[in-house]
Amino acid sequence: MMLIPCPHCGPRAHAEFTFDRPVEAITRPDDTADALVRNLFSRDNPRGHSRELWRHTYGCRAWIALTRDTATHAITDVQAWGAKA
Amino acid sequence: MSGGSRLPAGGLIDRSRTLRFGFDGRDFTGHPGDTLASALLASGVRVFGRSFKYHRTRGLLAAGVEEPSALVGAGEGGRFEPNTRATDLHLYDGLVAESQNRWPSLALDVGAVNQLIAPFIPAGFYYKTFLGPPALWKLYEHVIRAAAGLGRPPHLPDPDRYERRAAFCDVLVVGAGPAGLSAALAAARSGARVALAEMDSRLGGSLLGDPAQIDGQPARDWIAASETELRTLGVRVLTRTTAIGYYDHDMVYLAERVVEPGAATGDDGIAQRMWRMRAGRVILAQGAIERPLPFEDNDRPGVMLSGAVRTYLDRFGVAAGQRIVLATSSDDAYRTAIRLCDAGVRVEALLDARSGDAIDADLLRRTRDRCPVETGVRPVRALGGAKGVTGLAAAAAGGAASFIADVIAVSGGLTPSVHLHMQAGGGLDWDEGRGIFTPTAPRQGQVSIGACAGRFGLADALSDAWRAGLDAAAATGGRPVADTPPRFEGRAFADQISAFVPAPGVNPKKVFVDPQNDVTLGDLDLAWREGYRSVEHQKRYTTLGMATDQGKTSNLIGLARLAQNEGRPAPQVGLTTFRPPFIPTTLGLWAGEDAGFHVTPLRRTPLHDQHAAFDPPWQAVGYWRRPRAYLRAGETLATAALREARMVRTTVGITDVSTLGKFEVSGPDAAQLLERVCATSVSKLAVGRGRYTFMLREDGLVNDDGTVWRLAEDRFLLTSSTGGADRMAGLISYVRNVLYPDLRVGAANVQEHHAAIAVAGPRARAVIAAVVEGMAPPRHMSLGRGVVAGVPVLVIAASYSGERAFEVYAPSHQAVAVWTALAEAAQAQDGGLYGLEALEILRVEKGHVETGGEIDGRTSAHDLRLEKMLNPRGGYVGQLAQQRPAFADPDRLQFVGVESLGGPIAEGSMLVERPGFAVQGHVTAAGLRVLEEGFVGLALLKGGRARPGDELLAWSPTRTASARVRVCEPVFHDPAGERYRD
Ligand SMILES: [Zn+2]
Repeated sequence: MMLIPCPHCGPRAHAEFTFDRPVEAITRPDDTADALVRNLFSRDNPRGHSRELWRHTYGCRAWIALTRDTATHAITDVQAWGAKA
Repeated sequence: MSGGSRLPAGGLIDRSRTLRFGFDGRDFTGHPGDTLASALLASGVRVFGRSFKYHRTRGLLAAGVEEPSALVGAGEGGRFEPNTRATDLHLYDGLVAESQNRWPSLALDVGAVNQLIAPFIPAGFYYKTFLGPPALWKLYEHVIRAAAGLGRPPHLPDPDRYERRAAFCDVLVVGAGPAGLSAALAAARSGARVALAEMDSRLGGSLLGDPAQIDGQPARDWIAASETELRTLGVRVLTRTTAIGYYDHDMVYLAERVVEPGAATGDDGIAQRMWRMRAGRVILAQGAIERPLPFEDNDRPGVMLSGAVRTYLDRFGVAAGQRIVLATSSDDAYRTAIRLCDAGVRVEALLDARSGDAIDADLLRRTRDRCPVETGVRPVRALGGAKGVTGLAAAAAGGAASFIADVIAVSGGLTPSVHLHMQAGGGLDWDEGRGIFTPTAPRQGQVSIGACAGRFGLADALSDAWRAGLDAAAATGGRPVADTPPRFEGRAFADQISAFVPAPGVNPKKVFVDPQNDVTLGDLDLAWREGYRSVEHQKRYTTLGMATDQGKTSNLIGLARLAQNEGRPAPQVGLTTFRPPFIPTTLGLWAGEDAGFHVTPLRRTPLHDQHAAFDPPWQAVGYWRRPRAYLRAGETLATAALREARMVRTTVGITDVSTLGKFEVSGPDAAQLLERVCATSVSKLAVGRGRYTFMLREDGLVNDDGTVWRLAEDRFLLTSSTGGADRMAGLISYVRNVLYPDLRVGAANVQEHHAAIAVAGPRARAVIAAVVEGMAPPRHMSLGRGVVAGVPVLVIAASYSGERAFEVYAPSHQAVAVWTALAEAAQAQDGGLYGLEALEILRVEKGHVETGGEIDGRTSAHDLRLEKMLNPRGGYVGQLAQQRPAFADPDRLQFVGVESLGGPIAEGSMLVERPGFAVQGHVTAAGLRVLEEGFVGLALLKGGRARPGDELLAWSPTRTASARVRVCEPVFHDPAGERYRD
């Protein structure tokens, strides 16, 4: 179980978080159909570097961008994400 | 006379006390400090069970958790635990244990006939049988099912509790042998917060049976002094606690046996505890596991590991046999031979596969002073039968020899326990000479020391461990002390050669590699010849290492055989994955507190107690429970539901809808946010008005539905389904924070802030008028504010039932007064309470879609006849995806109604032409006409929107029910909505 450093709460157990998607797969309603299909249905599954959108769902509920190695689960960067309250 | 016996003295047992226990119906005794295995061995028991496939008799191979054969069921009733290793079960008074895989008794076993047909159960038997004619499989299955399975499950509920603990430490030390103790001392003295986990009931590991001197004192005294010091330094010392899994970011799961398998629990009722230990650094000192030697019938009772024989002697004061022969390729057997001779146990001979010049001269001399030692001799065949060995046939360069013995103690060298290191993502180096993998390239905070690092010598282990303890403390903020490490002076018994290849002439079909799954060298060879050349394929095809011991004594031997067959070095052949848990665990350990009522937390609506007073049948709805109906005397659930539905259609009913998802969205851009979350238009909604809405997923399918109300110019209330509320909260947050972070808007989840009470029926308006002060009942899809019983409420007029209806929102903590007032007013109008069943009947008759029913994650807005409500200006989540070609397929499952031409329709029925014909759709909800005769349902049907009038069969083989139905529009009651529109 990973230990994820929430920028708001500090290090917390993986179980408090939910993975949403790779950052590059964020799709806006005004994107093209091609981008939509790529982001929803044919994502890459990289071994190694991956920048991902997570949410501290069972904690502060904030969205965070996590940079992680999918092979080793080493977390190299975490950023707060989203609206400034 | 053959078999084990208790020696007059020695061992770490309390001979002043006697424990009574039963095994297979016979009474035995032992002492505190015994394991079930040592106590039975001391009583002369040789046969502990029968094997899984051939039902061959099996005895003890080992003395620790690696034991593959001596599996027992322990305890009685709900405490019964199958597949427990007799070697890992510490004796307690009153223990009741039984052997496994035998019927009707261990001595006379019907399944043993499998031995006679062994040639017919080769590697891959099950796969080959599956490939055979299906008719034949049915025949096999019957026989196999009866014989298969390891142990039996308990038949009664477990009366005990299981606990989960989260814990943290700077340094976790796994294993309290010499290396673990040394590392823990170094780290603790350096100021680190240390936890020490030991799977045995006492600390010491291999030192417990070692006459070595450490720091000038006997090993046992050093262990005791170390334990005292560790506890004084505040180290969390956990015994009977096994590290079973090493997960990401140095999370190690520790399984603690609070009481022994099958034993009654103490006052706290806790049988086992799972520690989730998050460590800064993890020092792995798991030790090594001895491996057997390959010779014919090496699975017979009496063939034991050399180290195990020594453990039974030194730790338990038990002579494993009367006449012992040792066969070895390592120094370990010399230690055993010397200890046995010194204890007065007869050693027939020590047979070393190595040549004399490869063995330490002093060791050889000291051993030869005590017993015969033959070098260059290898075991060929265990003599004897099902009751145990009677001797050993061996081969030397010069010829053959045989020895009389009731125990054959073998040592094929030590295999470092790299399990946790590998689970943590580490790498391995191959040591060809010793035939071992040693840990390298740690990926997390782990370091391996001592025997599990391939450092078998005691002096090396102690000093390596000390260094590792200091380093781990330094890495976690401690200050390394300058003390000197524990010192051991003496010879290191450590040398070994790899001894995977059997002596010439040995029949591989009779050499057991994995005794628990009955896999022989012959099976491995057959698998290889049949083309299973990857180590993973070999494992699955032969089942090598797939039993409950996970191949602790067998995997490396199997790997070496594959490498030999392949003609490639072992590291190139690869290794199978080391998977947690390290030892078999009970399900209760994983379930922890999450059993029975505590499986999921129960949330109670603010009106829960009001419902509970009726003791209704409950329905789980999301996290909550809702009454299915309020039964009166003599009513069934069905008659009560119909009465309640009729009440709503004729007078008035009230029901608790507090579980609905509710969100308050406010700010200048509130309407903009909602028009991205919802697929319908929102911004044109007048203040004080509301409308039906639904949301799409990003892939264009319908996500959920609800209503949206404009409370003020810049403030909205959005409702959604109970089960979809968490999903909706996620969607709103995602749209708000990720897609449109610049919108000036806030969204709050107010699901449990408001209680909500629906009032429905022709007299609903009269109830509202009578109860709500300061407000006239609002028009359909309008809202108003008033006061009920002194409580401020929001009243919205919306209908789910198809009748004139209102929902009254009140603060949760004041909801009871509002409910009571509404219930009394409803009664005064000849109405009353209704539950979920009536609600379902009413909504089916009205043809409303429901999340979880028709909104099933596969239907589009068009499929559900909602496309006219889509916001023509677009911009909402899922808009683009709806344009995918698949959404235009005319054969999609579409929302229809079905009217029965006969009796009731079964929910979940398939829609077919005739039984056995292609499935065209299914009935999502079934009901009946409330005030008229007839049965109706809602369905999803291929191309259904274009098929009114078609006749089909609603067919449910599982419910053995069927009804002819006619496809129609999905509304059976008041299609124009005249009953609630103003
Ligand atoms: Zn947080």
